[in-house]
Amino acid sequence: MTLTLAHYLTLGAILFALAVVGIFLNRKNLIVLLMAIELMLLAINMNFVAFSHYLGDMHGQVFVFFILTVAAAESAIGLAILVLLFRNKSSINVDELNSLKG
Amino acid sequence: MDVQTGFFYVFSLVMLFAAFRVITARNPVHAVLFLMLAFSQAAGIWLLLKAEFLAVTLVLVYLGAVMVLFLFVVMMLDIHIDSLRQGFWRHFPLALAIGALISLEMAVVLFGGFRAGEAPVVPETVTNAAGQVVQYSNTKALGTLLYTKYLYPLEIAAVILLVAMISAIALTLRERKDSKKIDPSEQVRVKARDRVEVVKLAITRAAPAAEASATGAATVEEAKK
Amino acid sequence: MSQTLSAATLLAVPLAPLAGSVLAGILGTTFGGNRIGRAASHSVTILGVFVAFVLSALTLKSVAMDGARFDATIYEWMVVGGLKMEVGFLVDGLTAMMMCVVTFVSLMVHIYTIGYMEEDAGYDRFFSYISLFTFSMLMLVMSNNFLQLFFGWEAVGLVSYLLIGFWYNKPTAIFANMKAFLVNRVGDFGFILGIGLIAAYAGTLSYGETFAKAGQISTMVFPGTDWLLISVICICLFIGAMGKSAQFPLHVWLPDSMEGPTPISALIHAATMVTAGIFMVARMSPLFELSDAALNFILVIGSITALFMGFLGIIQNDIKRVVAYSTLSQLGYMTVALGASAYSVAVFHLMTHAFFKALLFLAAGSVIMGVHHNQDIRWMGGLRKYMPITWITFLLGSLALIGTPFFSGFYSKDAIIEAVHASHLPAAGFAYFAVLAGVFVTAFYSFRLYFLVFHGQERYDQNPDAHHHGDDHGHGHGHDAKPHESPWVVWVPLTLLAIPSVVIGAMTLMPMLFGDFFKGVIHVDAARHPAMAELAEAIHGWLPMALHGFQALPFWLALAGVATAYYMYMINPALPAAIKRAFQPVHTLLENKYYMDWFNENVIARGARMLGTGLWKGGDRALIDGVVVNGSWKLVGWVSGVARWLQSGYLYHYALVMILGIFVLMTYFVWLNK
Repeated sequence: MTLTLAHYLTLGAILFALAVVGIFLNRKNLIVLLMAIELMLLAINMNFVAFSHYLGDMHGQVFVFFILTVAAAESAIGLAILVLLFRNKSSINVDELNSLKG
Repeated sequence: MDVQTGFFYVFSLVMLFAAFRVITARNPVHAVLFLMLAFSQAAGIWLLLKAEFLAVTLVLVYLGAVMVLFLFVVMMLDIHIDSLRQGFWRHFPLALAIGALISLEMAVVLFGGFRAGEAPVVPETVTNAAGQVVQYSNTKALGTLLYTKYLYPLEIAAVILLVAMISAIALTLRERKDSKKIDPSEQVRVKARDRVEVVKLAITRAAPAAEASATGAATVEEAKK
Repeated sequence: MSQTLSAATLLAVPLAPLAGSVLAGILGTTFGGNRIGRAASHSVTILGVFVAFVLSALTLKSVAMDGARFDATIYEWMVVGGLKMEVGFLVDGLTAMMMCVVTFVSLMVHIYTIGYMEEDAGYDRFFSYISLFTFSMLMLVMSNNFLQLFFGWEAVGLVSYLLIGFWYNKPTAIFANMKAFLVNRVGDFGFILGIGLIAAYAGTLSYGETFAKAGQISTMVFPGTDWLLISVICICLFIGAMGKSAQFPLHVWLPDSMEGPTPISALIHAATMVTAGIFMVARMSPLFELSDAALNFILVIGSITALFMGFLGIIQNDIKRVVAYSTLSQLGYMTVALGASAYSVAVFHLMTHAFFKALLFLAAGSVIMGVHHNQDIRWMGGLRKYMPITWITFLLGSLALIGTPFFSGFYSKDAIIEAVHASHLPAAGFAYFAVLAGVFVTAFYSFRLYFLVFHGQERYDQNPDAHHHGDDHGHGHGHDAKPHESPWVVWVPLTLLAIPSVVIGAMTLMPMLFGDFFKGVIHVDAARHPAMAELAEAIHGWLPMALHGFQALPFWLALAGVATAYYMYMINPALPAAIKRAFQPVHTLLENKYYMDWFNENVIARGARMLGTGLWKGGDRALIDGVVVNGSWKLVGWVSGVARWLQSGYLYHYALVMILGIFVLMTYFVWLNK
């Protein structure tokens, strides 16, 4: 059977769902949290590229370009914050990060 | 089933497996490695979609830089792995349910909006600005758009990267302990009592004992003063 | 020929006492550093009032002889939506007469005070206050619009408060000055309602324009009722007069105001301030003539005051209180004359009363000084040979008060009695009875006072609670308690006041009542209120009236009163005590002043205090503080406590909530919002 847009969109959806599950499954590991965010961005990028291909519009790929840029910047800063957090608390356990408790 | 479809299924299955392992791996290093696998499969899929430039960029930027960064950090932090795993599988059923719900809903939305079965519309040849007919190049097409219509956002993206770099350094920079640098605002805030101490002394003191008295008494007097 | 007076002269009349007051008040007291001494204080204030008196006399001459008039705005303060608020003067016969009376009595009181307040520490402050009062009263009488009238009204009330409580360390004085102020306030409330109605319906505050529109207003009805608007206005204005001129039931403050020094009792509470109400009603005669209901009301109130206050004067033992109740009774007479539409007669009595009542008060003050500040008449007696000048002036004043023919009081009182007899209003019958009975009562209490103080057995050394004066008395005769005559600064004003008390009635009877003096000033609707017209037929001149007076009923009633007093206090001194025992309930009623003070203090004042306390505890503390203020923060705290559960601090909780939220939104937009 020929590949249709639907296949790619389904793939993106499942990937995104996996990433969301990863966010709130991971109580203990902050790094996996950041990685799940990267997976989410990947899923979105997948959708964009698929649309760009099937609609013949180059703008989708331009958008992916920018998303890549921003994602890279964001993961760099996120990891820097993680390093700082580890310096202060000697742990990356998410359960211990509840200083904002009201 | 043609080659392309087959490749698509292989790539996507591997990718989904890798994503699953990312979130369930016990060892964070394994998780990073599986993420790298997922990204490489995604690059493959994008090649199938005739987006070569982005596929290569994905490999270069993500696999080459961001994942390496992740690995650095994971290895740098001294993490106790065992304590991280308690209570993981307790929440799994709920997580699975929510995940299924989300993916289902996304699929429905996206399917509902776009009719399936559209053939890909990628031209083999294009006519460029000078009127010549040349081979279609994805990179060229992307570049044309980026450097004309999206020039300003491009520059801003560069600035964003610069800012990310600066902030990462500013956040984690540790100062040298033997630096003799002075903070000018601290200099200005100095108060007199931090620098000067006024001690009250008697204006006059008793004269030392006369030389005729015993040396013992004299030395005692000296010691007392 | 009618000329206008000079605005500068008229402006100098109130401003000269004001300047004196300010200089003495600021430089003479500790407020300004005691820069000028006592002599300078009294000199500068007396100079101010003297200048005012001379200019007033000249103005009166212009008005009376040359027919001059003045009605103009001096200074326009502001204009609010078409309503002009200005300072202006209206000087005609009525004003000129009032100006002269006020400045003359004030001048006499100023000179008298040099002697009376000699030993007082607040000497300079007193002079400043009485000059300030003169300024206020002059602004009141010279005004040509309601706003300035109200300003003067309130200012005299204020200075009265300051002066009654002059000895502010005495608790009774403070009680009295608050009482005076608060009771006046009740009257002022009605007054301002009246002024407000005039401003609303006539659209102006100026006298002239209001009187011009009086005809239009007289047919209007007060909205929502079927009362005539003009009646409502006049009754509201008269309520103000009731407060200021101490008519029943707002009379309760006047006897208590005797807590102030005697000079102010003479100036304010006999001659000038209390007559402001009478003056105001006379000035508003064009309005009052249009309302029979208001005139009836005035008649009733005036006659009640005239008669029942006289009864209270019979049993008083304080010399000043007897004269105070006498003042109340005479004010009632003036009010009755107003009710009978005999406005010029009321003003005539106002003038004569000012002279002889001020004289009586100052003479009483002289007596008090002479017996070393004892005020109880039971411990006086036989003072005739110790204080001859005081005695003779007091006698002249009393004769004028009771209406002896040829004295000034006779002309004004008899004119009132005749006018009331001639009035056709329904209440005039009761009023006539009241004023006639009042003649007997007046004569009785006046001569009771006279006999007890100046004749009979000398009792001044039998006073059980005489206070001992130390060496600060300054009279130079140690503990010799014999009474003595007062210094010249005291008896010269007495003499100067005695002269008009005797002659002014005869001199001004015809021109004032029936001449052109009040022409254009006082309006009488002769058809409905024929009192003045009938009076004009009955009175032909001062001599015929006096001779006829010897045969009239009032004279015999007065004579009977004097004779009864002579019998009861000179020939048979045991009789009063016997009568008191026989009529004990009546005596108790009179002693408690008809229980009006009891009613005011226990019902009205206590009720107001309870209302205040209730609103404080219930409204302020429980409702506003408790429910609104405290309740709002408690509510916020409770809500925050509930909301706190949402802030767990865990990142994944927040992420979960975010995702669920997106999920819900997606569901809503995709399926429910088609």
